[in-house]
Amino acid sequence: MRISVDMDKCTALGNCEAMAPDFFEVGDDGELELLRSDVGADELAEVKQAIASCPTAALKLIDG
Amino acid sequence: MDVNRTGVDRVVIAGASLAGMKAAQAARAAGYAGRITMIGDEKLAPYDRPPLSKEFLTDPGSGQPPHFDGALSLATDLDLELLLGEPATGVDTTMQRVTVGEREIAYDALVVATGAVPRRLPTTLTGVTTLRTADDARQVAAGLRRGARIVVVGGGFIGSEVASAARAHGLPVTIVEAAPVPLVRAVGAVAGEWLGELHGRHGTELIRGVGVESLDGDGHVREVRLTDGRILPADLVVVGIGADPATGWLADSGLNVSDGVACDATLHAGHNVWAAGDVARWWSQDFDRSLRIEHWTNAAEQGTLAMRNLLGGSDALAYRHIPYFWSDWYGSRIQLVGLASGEPEIVTGAPDGDKFVALFREGERLIGALALNRRSDIMKYRALIARGGSWADGLALAEQRNRRTVAA
Repeated sequence: MRISVDMDKCTALGNCEAMAPDFFEVGDDGELELLRSDVGADELAEVKQAIASCPTAALKLIDG
Repeated sequence: MDVNRTGVDRVVIAGASLAGMKAAQAARAAGYAGRITMIGDEKLAPYDRPPLSKEFLTDPGSGQPPHFDGALSLATDLDLELLLGEPATGVDTTMQRVTVGEREIAYDALVVATGAVPRRLPTTLTGVTTLRTADDARQVAAGLRRGARIVVVGGGFIGSEVASAARAHGLPVTIVEAAPVPLVRAVGAVAGEWLGELHGRHGTELIRGVGVESLDGDGHVREVRLTDGRILPADLVVVGIGADPATGWLADSGLNVSDGVACDATLHAGHNVWAAGDVARWWSQDFDRSLRIEHWTNAAEQGTLAMRNLLGGSDALAYRHIPYFWSDWYGSRIQLVGLASGEPEIVTGAPDGDKFVALFREGERLIGALALNRRSDIMKYRALIARGGSWADGLALAEQRNRRTVAA
């Protein structure tokens, strides 16, 4: 599974960074940086939690 | 997790906003196959509130409230009974029944997620509104579109965001704040002073230390009379003077409802009742005190955990949470994590600049962080507070962050 970010919806609120800091970080430019997009099976639960935590529903998991 | 906790076949969720919806989603995600009834007092499928004082005011689109993804098909997607348009008016925690209109709905377990009720100014004039619901927001958005003369009562986050929207429309706006400094309860007097400065910088008039004597008009508001004798012309008054937890309906329930539904660390209020969101006061193990938080992130996380704990029986987990909220004013982002206890110390930037980070402490413990336009820093402080970081750790993190070239 891959993480997809809708940058029109993302306003770098950072909830995802709080939930899954290995995958998401609000970078020095104040924008969300996707540190890794590929999600292993054992990482799915944590990433799904991060995705559900986004206040602007900017994150999705897609096949790939 | 064992979802076959004995005897739970009927769950009622009182509240159809963020916490309620997260609770319902958590139930089905956990494999709970029993009945769920969700009760919402607004005749609208669950929708999101933060946009109501932000983008919805500048671009209300079709006027449809900002529904959560899946909200319009919630009943079918999650196989639940969705009762909208009437509030729960009482609960019998002995017989385990919730009253909604003429109906009494039996439950094995109940989640109270009824949120908060905005405080109002006594008036029968039209053109005066709080900003909590989509209907309120539509009224404010319409006012902005027609170039209303707006007076905001209360210099809190909702009021400030309304002022920001007014300025984005090129409209003059005045905030009347009764206290000498705004945001004292949220961030303390020192930081409240710093943030209050943003208003003047963006053309908002902030009147401090003065209250509203009366709202005057003939059917519709025409002016706001202040306690110092000043009269402000206004045809739209937006009242943002705080909110109280919606526990009136629980007065005879036997539940402890002193400033919110009192819960233990697992969000359990006793009597097979759990609470989540703005309405819930819980025992915070992170801070060794009871807290009640009116923030989005808290409502979402509590809704989820309250339901998991309700279904999980003895597997209940303590709700661990470092408060987090954000507010967007005039294109700037304000963020607070943790508790704004005591006097803040600036560790990055400066309060008269366009960005800063200030830290709060309790003794040697880092207890909170406030950021203006430092999105890249704030979650790192939150993680440090979650780990029980010391004041020295906080200063060390600041030093590390200050060595980087951080734009925001």
